[in-house]
Amino acid sequence: MTITENQAPAHEIGRARRRKEDARLITGRSRYTDSITLPGMLHLAMVRSPFAHATIRSISTEAAKAAPGVVSVVTGADIADIQGVNINAWPITTDQVTPTHLPVAIEHVAFAGEIVAVVVARSEAEARDAVELVDVDYDELPVVLDAREALKDEVLAHPDLGTNKSAFWQLDSAAQGSGGDVDEAIEKARTDGILIEREYRQQRLVPGFMEPRSVVVDPTGDQLTVWSATQVPHILRFAIAATMGIPESKLRVIAPDVGGGFGGKLQTTPEEFATIALARRLGKPCKFTETRSEAFVTGHHGRDQYQKLTMAATTDGMITGFKVELIADLGAYVAIVGGGVPVLGAWMFNGIYKIPAYQFNCTTVLTNKPWVDAYRGAGRPEAAFGIERMMDELAGEVGADPLEIREKNWIKHEEFPFTTVSGMTYDSGNYEAATARAKELFDYDGLRREQAERRERNDPVQLGIGVSTFTEMCGLAPSRILGSLNYGAGGWEHASVRMLATGTVEVVTGISPHGQGHVTGFSQIVADRLGVPFEDVEILHGDTAIAPKGMDTYGSRSLVVGGEAVVRAADKVIEKAKVIAAHLLEASADDIEFSGGRFGVKGTDKGLGIAEIAAATFTGHNLPDGIEPSLDADATFDPVNFSFPHGTHLCAMEVDTETGAATMRKYACVDDVGVIINPLLVEGQVHGGLVQGIAQALWEGAVYDENGTLVTGSFVDYTLPSAADTISFITDTTVSPSTTNSLGTKGVGEAGTIASTPAVVNAIVDALRPMGIHDIEMPCTPERVWRAIQGASSRSVDETQRDAAPHFEADQPNQDPSATTGGAK
Amino acid sequence: MTRITVTVDGVKYTDDVEPRTLLVHYLRQNLGKTGTLVGCDTSNCGACTVHLDGHSVKSCNMLAVQADGHEVTTIEGLASDGQLHPMQLAFNDCHALQCGYCTPGMIMQACDLLKDNPDPSEQEIREGLEGNLCRCTGYHNIVRAVQEAAVTMREGGATTDSTAPAQAVTA
Repeated sequence: MTITENQAPAHEIGRARRRKEDARLITGRSRYTDSITLPGMLHLAMVRSPFAHATIRSISTEAAKAAPGVVSVVTGADIADIQGVNINAWPITTDQVTPTHLPVAIEHVAFAGEIVAVVVARSEAEARDAVELVDVDYDELPVVLDAREALKDEVLAHPDLGTNKSAFWQLDSAAQGSGGDVDEAIEKARTDGILIEREYRQQRLVPGFMEPRSVVVDPTGDQLTVWSATQVPHILRFAIAATMGIPESKLRVIAPDVGGGFGGKLQTTPEEFATIALARRLGKPCKFTETRSEAFVTGHHGRDQYQKLTMAATTDGMITGFKVELIADLGAYVAIVGGGVPVLGAWMFNGIYKIPAYQFNCTTVLTNKPWVDAYRGAGRPEAAFGIERMMDELAGEVGADPLEIREKNWIKHEEFPFTTVSGMTYDSGNYEAATARAKELFDYDGLRREQAERRERNDPVQLGIGVSTFTEMCGLAPSRILGSLNYGAGGWEHASVRMLATGTVEVVTGISPHGQGHVTGFSQIVADRLGVPFEDVEILHGDTAIAPKGMDTYGSRSLVVGGEAVVRAADKVIEKAKVIAAHLLEASADDIEFSGGRFGVKGTDKGLGIAEIAAATFTGHNLPDGIEPSLDADATFDPVNFSFPHGTHLCAMEVDTETGAATMRKYACVDDVGVIINPLLVEGQVHGGLVQGIAQALWEGAVYDENGTLVTGSFVDYTLPSAADTISFITDTTVSPSTTNSLGTKGVGEAGTIASTPAVVNAIVDALRPMGIHDIEMPCTPERVWRAIQGASSRSVDETQRDAAPHFEADQPNQDPSATTGGAK
Repeated sequence: MTRITVTVDGVKYTDDVEPRTLLVHYLRQNLGKTGTLVGCDTSNCGACTVHLDGHSVKSCNMLAVQADGHEVTTIEGLASDGQLHPMQLAFNDCHALQCGYCTPGMIMQACDLLKDNPDPSEQEIREGLEGNLCRCTGYHNIVRAVQEAAVTMREGGATTDSTAPAQAVTA
């Protein structure tokens, strides 16, 4: 492009700009890691333990080494001194029990899928063929798979550690001075109030990003170059340097096009470390791309909590105390965020409510299953589920509408900023406005009438209405808070803005987008800030040689923290340009006004465009004395607080009481994510988030057999929803600008996922509450719903009263075991 | 090795391939057609969907040798005469993609769907795309894109300038 003549529009922020990113993605000009091929590149395949718990007696690699095309076969022992270690960046307590996680196991494997040897061959097919020829002799050990079982310490996931308990973490409002004593509130409610005690299960989920993880390592240059399908190129670079003996300055990490992450790619993985170790050892470029089946058994999973919740309230439904006791399954190793994920729930279980007394307890445990870490929402969906399910239970107990009970307890819009019982200060919000709009879009009153009619006529298909008035904490994270929590890094973000000689702009950001549309959104921000055309802004990211400083993308932080860094860098550019403009215009800098890309002299029609200043700076022929010939500027922004998006989500489910099938009828949500840069991107994030949350409620769950083998190990068995399973949504927004950043943004990446799961389950339970049902374990499959109906004490629908006809004779052999034990457990 | 002759995106290729080579690996590794992607190993996700003689197939689910003598169109060959296909434009216009990984397969499947049924209902679109998984969009905007493309194609397939699609189509 030559010097541009594009005209900058009045305002870019708020426009539904179509994405810049799309042009290459809709034409197949993408560059995902697995599409990268380097000269002489070798291919890796992993030999993985089929056992969930075993010691390795011996590994015979001779046959594999002799196979066609094989260059090398190594065990963990062979690369013990160069393979590094997979780190946990957030030990939640100083005495946390943290097993050493070697990329390639040497003596002991603690989950099925752990790498025990690596084959390197000239082609991917030859490498996989040779994997079959590696003979590993294991001594099987007993497995512990369930977190509650693990706490008994009868079977140990890591016998050398002597315990399965990793850590205990507590937040107590009385102890930290942010509220009263929760046990007192509970005792009082037991005598003269309402006490609700529930246990909920947050099942284990698989992130299910569409691009399998892949890594390419080139050891042939002065810098070791690593391409990886990662959300966190900067964190990966740090982890490699910290554990593999490679100076950070000799490392370049690139996240090219990355096909989704949802937290699943914020890990630093054994496969990355093994590929680096082999590339260095062999001196040749190496690639490893996982199969989808490998992704299922070795990528980190999400959720997997037992929640014991106790809510105390007055008889008219005012909450007086809330106690949370979590058991969180970390899997076999403490992942990079690890126990920090459930701990993030500590500040979120109180939701949007004014709760006088609160206590959060979290015990993290080790089991013989794959590691658990962030999955879209990371600790906050679990918390929002807990509190929003309990609010419906409270409404049921009081006999009030679930929205009325919420309104009675929530923070009113005039009360912001509001410091909650967990100690967080919510900057802004308007729960009344979002709820009013959602009710209108949903036709809440009309659907409640229909629900009453269906109940009245004992319709076999009952209607349930689920409510979720969630909040979340976004913009991870103020570095000081992270420091106080023993987290191993800061939470700042970095940006550079470079004015090019021809008037176009390069923006370098430390975030690492993988589908969100940041290139488009950030272009809009910079276009407005500098008064340049949207098309003239280029956003560069995801390569430590181009964007050397950054903390990457997760936790709905990119816009809130990364966007603010961009704004501050752009403002510095303006300040630098102002001095040069004043010189060129022969005016005082105090008399220069910047607006719409033009530096004007107050009270005159004299002025220069920012592109003209850029050109004058480039030539450097006529600059003020002592001024450097550059407009470029950097900014590193460390937030002082989190941001707190919220929203009201309403879901109508039709539940067939004869079959247990629950079908979504309608879903309406109004989210308040602060100021919106691009409504199209916000809608897209909400839609995708909704379906992930709905999928947790209805379909998804990682299921293990008694040996620790993942039964739901492919898209055949782990039921990611398709277009045919889902409906179109009604979405809208309200805007309460955040006060923690200059754009007023709050973050939207996780909102839909956090909000929707409790809305769906609340709807199903709402349909069945007259039968005395107050919970269905997720995923709420037809079988589970049907069994709940069958087991309910008072059934309002006559048709469900009769038992199914017996298919088999009692006491006869060859009966279908699933008919009696249930296959979906 | 088996010799095959396949026309891919209008170019005729003759190659010796291992009989076990999947069509998707032939496209990606032998021909460099990396626009077609692999998302699973059980033929569930549809990321690898291409057209074989004009109809969609999952290219991970057939062998390269089975394509011998046939014509394959990938996402890279969908635009013609410098004009993006209306489906490609509609995906951009409706924000029907985020990470882009399912997009090539989704677009190829959506084209096939409209070939069979030029005026589908929302439910018919949803069922027609059932074999293609997307984790980002929640399908909402994909359905809208197919609806928009269907209207465009029924009205004569008018397309806008394809040189800069993302810039050409704005709010």
